[in-house]
Amino acid sequence: MKKLPIEKIDMFFQILSKEYPIYLPVDNKSKVAEFTKYEDGKEWSEQLNTVRSAKDFFFPQVENMMRFETDGKKIEVYDMYEEKEDFIIFGVRACDVRSFSILDSVYLAEPVDSFYKNRRDHGIVISMACTRPNTTCFCENFSIDPTNPEGDVTAWRTNEAVYFQANNDKGEKVLSKVARLLVEDSNEKVQEQKKKTKEILNRLPFHNLDLSYFKEENTMEIFQSKLWETMSESCLGCGTCTFVCPTCQCYDIREYNTGNGIERFRCWDSCMYSDFTKMAHGNPRKSQVERFRQRFMHKLVYAPTNNFGVYGCVGCGRCVEKCPVSMNIIKVIKTLEEK
Amino acid sequence: MNHETLIPMIGVITNIKQETPDVKTFQIINREGKKPFAHMPGQCGMVSIPGVGEAMFSITSSPTLTEYLEFSIKACGKLTDALFELEEGDEITVRGPYGNFFPVEDALKGKDLLFIAGGIGLAPLHSVINYVRDKKNEYGNIQVVYGSRSVEDLVRYDEITEEWMKDENMKVHLTIDNKQDGWDGHVGFIPDFVKELKPDLSKTVLICGPPIMIKYTLAGLKELGFQDTQIYTTMELRMKCGVGKCGRCNIGSKYVCKDGPVFRFDELDVLPDEY
Repeated sequence: MKKLPIEKIDMFFQILSKEYPIYLPVDNKSKVAEFTKYEDGKEWSEQLNTVRSAKDFFFPQVENMMRFETDGKKIEVYDMYEEKEDFIIFGVRACDVRSFSILDSVYLAEPVDSFYKNRRDHGIVISMACTRPNTTCFCENFSIDPTNPEGDVTAWRTNEAVYFQANNDKGEKVLSKVARLLVEDSNEKVQEQKKKTKEILNRLPFHNLDLSYFKEENTMEIFQSKLWETMSESCLGCGTCTFVCPTCQCYDIREYNTGNGIERFRCWDSCMYSDFTKMAHGNPRKSQVERFRQRFMHKLVYAPTNNFGVYGCVGCGRCVEKCPVSMNIIKVIKTLEEK
Repeated sequence: MNHETLIPMIGVITNIKQETPDVKTFQIINREGKKPFAHMPGQCGMVSIPGVGEAMFSITSSPTLTEYLEFSIKACGKLTDALFELEEGDEITVRGPYGNFFPVEDALKGKDLLFIAGGIGLAPLHSVINYVRDKKNEYGNIQVVYGSRSVEDLVRYDEITEEWMKDENMKVHLTIDNKQDGWDGHVGFIPDFVKELKPDLSKTVLICGPPIMIKYTLAGLKELGFQDTQIYTTMELRMKCGVGKCGRCNIGSKYVCKDGPVFRFDELDVLPDEY
């Protein structure tokens, strides 16, 4: 294991930032952590998590895809795809790292989404093990170990250092750039920290949810449950849950007239919105009951049906924190499972 | 082939036919003068006017028609209204083909076929009907029940009367919702008409039309003794990508754009009824 004394962390960022754009959690003026491009003076925020997930790096909120120019009857299409340069995302938590593989199962399935793949191919993920998981955390239910995150490089914070381990060639390459800052050390300190973290994890209120009810054969029973009506009653349809969710991947395709051609872009969308499924002949999901149900059915039943049992949730807890009416996936799981 | 399916190709409108007061058929070729892409009956294409929008339409022409693609489109929204303003020679964009198709290569082979269409629901079935007509040695006889609000609303009326009705392998039954001067054909709704016709139970059924028509026709077919496993339909849901990624047309664990739009009714029975 490679050890970086904590006082050298800024040098670590400085050296790497000469080679790659490097993004890391930085507190904004409101003390909210956001992934921010490193430059001199930026300080790594060790808050538990960023307010927005890391999905932006691979599936940006808005992405231009093509441009059209029209001239009388003629149309020209210009592809706006551009090969990206390598970049590093530092400090990604285990939940967000797992979300990438869930996004992959959609975007890298045939036909491969080339815009997504481009970013994914060039993104280097340095994950950071959690040390202070919060009461809203429940990633362990999805077989995620927050003390052992995935990624190209895994990092662990101890009291006096950050420890690194490369998980593949991409990771090796990055660590080789900062080799002179790193010293070889045993994993003793990391193991100690993991043990402390695990003790906290075991005390978390939602670390042991029963998900066994949420499987393909119960699809119709869960779908037809009367409980959706009461659970969705308070839902405002604001879509905050989908926007902060690291695995929500639905998008809209829209156009913008720049005054000098039309740009067609994709942007995040939400199944919680009334016009998500609205067609000229009507809307199959007429009220918030159906839209609310769709979001949770997708995460808890449809996603695992299509993706080898992998739920469309990583337990990051952002929706639990951010829902303005305190309705969330944990309540949905518990309510349905207890029936 | 483009690296990205979302980026469309240019289509040129070579012919526009006013079918009914609110339905037009557009013939599309690419700039090289060829059919933009090959398809199978029941598959769809994304049509767009840059600056207005893009939407999924079923391809109306048969795959056996190799010169161009045809879309019969009803004006009912922002994009379709804009399409109605276009003229021959105007360019649009197209991409596709998307989705699965009617099982013309296996389940339908050798079968007597009953097509039931309501209004613009004829559009996707038209593709299969002409495909089967062009390969008539491979399929049994064809029966078509087609209805619309009025005579003026019957899509492809000329083709139906001039070609389909004269095809000895084909039986066509037309109906309109209400009595009309000069119409001596059947008057009444499709579900009742189908029951009156008592089609042979050995037929494989392909049905498309407004949801309410499908619902009652299906009930009638079941009353007659038809099984879910011998009835196919094609579905419509809002779509953006066409390849099962944007999430919009998700019903249960299926994506209509990719796993559909063609479904057999026993497949729909096990899906949430959100369509």
